[in-house]
Amino acid sequence: MPDSAQILRLLPEILLSVFGTLIMVLDPLTGRNRKALLGVLALVGAYCAWIGALVSYANPGPAFGGMVTVDGFATFFRLLVCAIGFLTVLASMSYLERNELPQGEYYALVLFGVAGQSLMAVSGELVLIFLGLEISSISTYILAGFLREDAKSNEASLKYFFLGSFATAFFLYGVALTYGATGSTKLVVIRQAMEGKDANVVLAVIAGALMFVGLAFKVSAAPFQVWTPDVYQGAPSPVTAYLSTGPKAAAFAIFLRIFFTTVPQTGVMWGWLLWTCALLSMTIGNFAALVQTDIKRMLAYSSIAHAGYVLVAFTSCTPIGAAAAMFYLAAYAFMNLGAFTVVSHLSGRREQYVAIDHYAGLGRRRPFLAALLTIFLLSLVGIPLTGGFFGKFYIFRAAVNADLLWLAVLGLLNSAVAAYYYLKVIVVMYMQEPKEEVTIEPVPATLAATLVLAAGAVFFLGVYPGPVLDFATRSASFSRQ
Amino acid sequence: MLDTALFYIFAALTLGGGVLTITRRSAVHSAIWLITSLLGVAGLYLLQRAEFLAGVQVILYVGGIMVLFLFVIMLVNLDQAAKEKRFSGQKWIALACVAAVALQALWFVSKGAGRFTLGQPSIAGENLGNSEHVSRVLFSQYLLPFELASILLLVAIIGAVVMAKKRI
Repeated sequence: MPDSAQILRLLPEILLSVFGTLIMVLDPLTGRNRKALLGVLALVGAYCAWIGALVSYANPGPAFGGMVTVDGFATFFRLLVCAIGFLTVLASMSYLERNELPQGEYYALVLFGVAGQSLMAVSGELVLIFLGLEISSISTYILAGFLREDAKSNEASLKYFFLGSFATAFFLYGVALTYGATGSTKLVVIRQAMEGKDANVVLAVIAGALMFVGLAFKVSAAPFQVWTPDVYQGAPSPVTAYLSTGPKAAAFAIFLRIFFTTVPQTGVMWGWLLWTCALLSMTIGNFAALVQTDIKRMLAYSSIAHAGYVLVAFTSCTPIGAAAAMFYLAAYAFMNLGAFTVVSHLSGRREQYVAIDHYAGLGRRRPFLAALLTIFLLSLVGIPLTGGFFGKFYIFRAAVNADLLWLAVLGLLNSAVAAYYYLKVIVVMYMQEPKEEVTIEPVPATLAATLVLAAGAVFFLGVYPGPVLDFATRSASFSRQ
Repeated sequence: MLDTALFYIFAALTLGGGVLTITRRSAVHSAIWLITSLLGVAGLYLLQRAEFLAGVQVILYVGGIMVLFLFVIMLVNLDQAAKEKRFSGQKWIALACVAAVALQALWFVSKGAGRFTLGQPSIAGENLGNSEHVSRVLFSQYLLPFELASILLLVAIIGAVVMAKKRI
């Protein structure tokens, strides 16, 4: 029987599941026009889980026979995914009402998904990681198809479901083979077996490759990125905001934990694979984004490119690289969430205004929204004073420190390409006259709050990155215990 | 001796069922032959003393998944499918795959079992059956994942309702 200290180490997951279930139970009891209360409940749940992550970090250590390890690394990602969940709920409230979507199920699925991601961050055991991954994935498959009468949303959901299931199957094959090669699913034990002579190396390498495929799919790194534009375009915009941040951050978390914990000398064995993937993702993402006319599709390609930048940090295979990746994921989460939230408001009923041309004249008509979108886009470019700048800076510095100067140079060239399509949107907003009539509703308070919070986080990370980077650096040495 | 005889019987069921599954014209017949094939596999598991796997095979595949198949067959329009050509160009790819697997099997047989190291079960074999071992590990070491699987199922149920219900 686990004692209370062990249960306390799973506090965020427990809170999220309890609140998710509570929302489901209360959903039929709330009147049709009082569904917003469920959203408030979801906000409280995400906030409690955020606090819960801090509480469980007060007493770090392993629980449940080493299945779960509360350390700085886990806490960093737990705080991140809970914050993403909070902002997603806040951003979705007005969207759901405008499009008359079922709210109870939506909030419950977001909370359960965050619980899965938080579980991924904290588990040190492959079976548990798989369960977290599946909880998170299945809830996102459904959320992607939440606009049930919209053919594009249906397509997004179905595509994501089929391809995602294949990717999960790859990952699971990898897990099974790892167990066959090393006799355990616990990451620490796998590492011991790999260092000793009792592991079947050929089998372990095949297993690693299979898990790599599964995870690369989940983070939408090339050449497994094909699903991303269609799914991000078809899914409801607040869901896209969530898809491109929460599940991605959690997938990167387990990516880091699995490969840094289990594989001795990650750099020697997997370096070439990582940099090929990183380079492909950056290049394909940025060049494909150049020609997009739909803003959601453009941001989807940009998110592929950003996955590439994070992989550059992986390639350095050092704790500094891991810390840079963590910092980048945090900065990226807030700027991308912010950008997609603006998009979700401007898209109007049933997402009719999503072309970049629809943004013409926005600077004059809605200065507040235009200014915030500008901030998020500039951060995505990596302009100083925004979180994106320090994110890129730390990543390329980690690459240079690891003697990967050429990769850093190619990455920087890629960012220059990216600047073109981000700035194009800003130019359209401020310098072009609208060609057709676009109705923009007034900004609801919840949405404004989301945007201000996200912009605040982007500025905080850009002006005062010290505390977050310190925490990331201290926690990134999790790997070799 | 009896083991060998049983092995051939179950193997014949598996293979015969498989061949009949892809050659029958009626989808319902195909489904029933697939059940036969799956039962044959369950028998093979039993011969390997993997009672738990055999049980899961029968309950999940024969019981659950096949019922689902039959429901789908019931819902789709079969008359149209019955008129179409039965084997498309894909059969060559399929044949190539079968040939590859057959070659692999031949290679294993020619090498002999002694040449391969097989994974050892992590629990030393007390005099307990396979199901007892599985349940013991499941309810002690893997209790947490076992409990957490309930959240996974809950999410899947919510998803099924959200996607399928006419009015939410």
